[in-house]
Amino acid sequence: MREVDSETMKIVVCVKQVPDSWAEKTLRPSDNTLDRESVDAVMNELDEYAVEEALRLQEAQGGEVVVLSMGPSQATDTIRKALSMGADAGVHVVDDGLHGSDAVATSLALAKAIEAQGADLVIFGSESTDARMSVVPAMVAERLGLPQLTFSSSVAVDGGTVRTNRVTEYGYDVVEAPLPALVSVVEKINEPRYPSFKGIMAAKKKPVQTLGLADLGVAAGEVGLGAAWSVVAEAAARPPKAKGTIVADDGSGGVAIADYLSAQKFI
Amino acid sequence: MAQAPSTGGAISPTDLYAIDSLLADEHRDVRDTVRRFADERIRPHVAGWFEAGDLPARELARELGGLGVLGMHLEGYGCAGTDATSYGLACLELEAADSGIRSLVSVQGSLAMYAIHAYGSDEQRERWLPGMARGEHIGCFGLTEPDAGSDPGSMRTTAVRAGGDWVLRGTKTWITNGTVADVAVVWAKVEGRVHGFLVPTDSPGFTARPIPHKLSLRASVTAELALDDVRLPGDALLPGGAGLSAPLGCLAEARYGIVFGAVGAARECLEAALAYAAAREQFGRPIAGFQLTQRKLAEMAVAVGNGHLLALHLGRLKDAGRLTPQQVSVGKFHNVAAALQVAREARALLGGNGISLEYPVIRHMTNLESVFTYEGTHDIHTLVIGEALTGIPAYR
Repeated sequence: MREVDSETMKIVVCVKQVPDSWAEKTLRPSDNTLDRESVDAVMNELDEYAVEEALRLQEAQGGEVVVLSMGPSQATDTIRKALSMGADAGVHVVDDGLHGSDAVATSLALAKAIEAQGADLVIFGSESTDARMSVVPAMVAERLGLPQLTFSSSVAVDGGTVRTNRVTEYGYDVVEAPLPALVSVVEKINEPRYPSFKGIMAAKKKPVQTLGLADLGVAAGEVGLGAAWSVVAEAAARPPKAKGTIVADDGSGGVAIADYLSAQKFI
Repeated sequence: MAQAPSTGGAISPTDLYAIDSLLADEHRDVRDTVRRFADERIRPHVAGWFEAGDLPARELARELGGLGVLGMHLEGYGCAGTDATSYGLACLELEAADSGIRSLVSVQGSLAMYAIHAYGSDEQRERWLPGMARGEHIGCFGLTEPDAGSDPGSMRTTAVRAGGDWVLRGTKTWITNGTVADVAVVWAKVEGRVHGFLVPTDSPGFTARPIPHKLSLRASVTAELALDDVRLPGDALLPGGAGLSAPLGCLAEARYGIVFGAVGAARECLEAALAYAAAREQFGRPIAGFQLTQRKLAEMAVAVGNGHLLALHLGRLKDAGRLTPQQVSVGKFHNVAAALQVAREARALLGGNGISLEYPVIRHMTNLESVFTYEGTHDIHTLVIGEALTGIPAYR
């Protein structure tokens, strides 16, 4: 275990730019990957909670917050948003060779970038709204040999220790690990701040480092669509919504609803 | 491979004009932040505020101050110091939610704070501006009187010397933020010449009464101010501005925000009309497919887009330090009248639903009647443009 001086604690927050959740998404006909250019892009909502949590830890005990994003050139918008919220610096991993990377390859590139930063604490949102796999934080932790404290609904750092509430089906576990460590946060852990106008003005002057595959020491064959462990062979449009079931309430309506919800495993 | 069905290739009215191509990163960031704030903090409540005629102005001012909206285009004293285009875009997004909210911001930032920033002493700026930028202090601006509207030079409010002090007497009306203000910038005549005074609203003799019975800008605080021999120290006078040009300079600032704001109100009405036309079916098909509806939508979209271009053009001129008051008059003249027309068309397009607060349209339509009149009536701006073209002032 290494002693971390909270004054100089370095937090790396990983953020992803995703298509606006309200937008209709399409696949590129050429390779069946998500067409990121045809839709408005925003910061993955859960990553806003991650940025907010990092800023709160920094405000409480000092240190530095670096925001890291892997994505095409327009991902700079998402990095700038995190800088507007208050992060100190940005790292943008961008390389044409990364296009089509699966979670395994993504975790490799992110791990290399985090390693180069020398983070004491790495914070992720617990999933992205486009891929929705929730595996990248765990994969990055494994690659870096860091303790992983996933699905956290609270995060506290005390000296060289991080303690979180890990959300479970029955409530939460209190888990603790020595730093450096990796945390993923769930929705509603906090209320993300709006970027202030002073923050927006200041963000223009904050440093953003751009790293390609060569800078990371990642071989082109290790990432990208060619290295993906799975490919989308075919895609079909979602069928139109089926008509709902209408139950006339003859006194048993409540039971019918309960039966339906139970069959769908909602209750 | 099966392709996802398209939605018919519909694009947004803003994309029709490729408006984003005219904006810098900073502009889009400001716009997106204010739009989100409006979505989360204003739109869910504003119909209720409007219906009740009651705005939680103090709470909103603090939230807007936290964002940095208040006096955002002013330099120093805790202000964000953005460019004028960013300020305009913030006004646009706020007014898309409601003209009353934009009014609160205009009066705070462009009238009260601007007056102190432009004409105040260093001490006055230090005392008031940082708290006003944070939204902890609210300002109002007293120029209009019951018998002095378009002709503010005929004002009757006076300030007279009493030893080292000033004594103010008069009545101001239609004062936005009046009953919630901590400080009033009051314009009064000193030996026939107009001067500005900073009047703390807890001064003895100062009263602010809410103006009831409004059917427009109901989500906005409007008051009448009575100054009944209000005694102020000698340093209450704004030293940097004398004559009518001082308050008129403030009004040109606020009017600039309206040029953008009106585009927001119109855009909201257009978006409501587009969504309604797509969803509403009559004669077995969405009314969006009927030619008469498409004509309305096309005219509205072009009015909104042209207004947006005009506003951004004036923003660039202002950022370059070349914007004239006459050009601001052109902007207000065109954009507010266009917005009112769009709101009325949208009202008609929504049929019976157009008169319900369930939709934003009737609220914007009645609000815009005030916007048409305040900060220089449409007629006055007509005459400003007329004078600019002919060299002959018709109102004197």
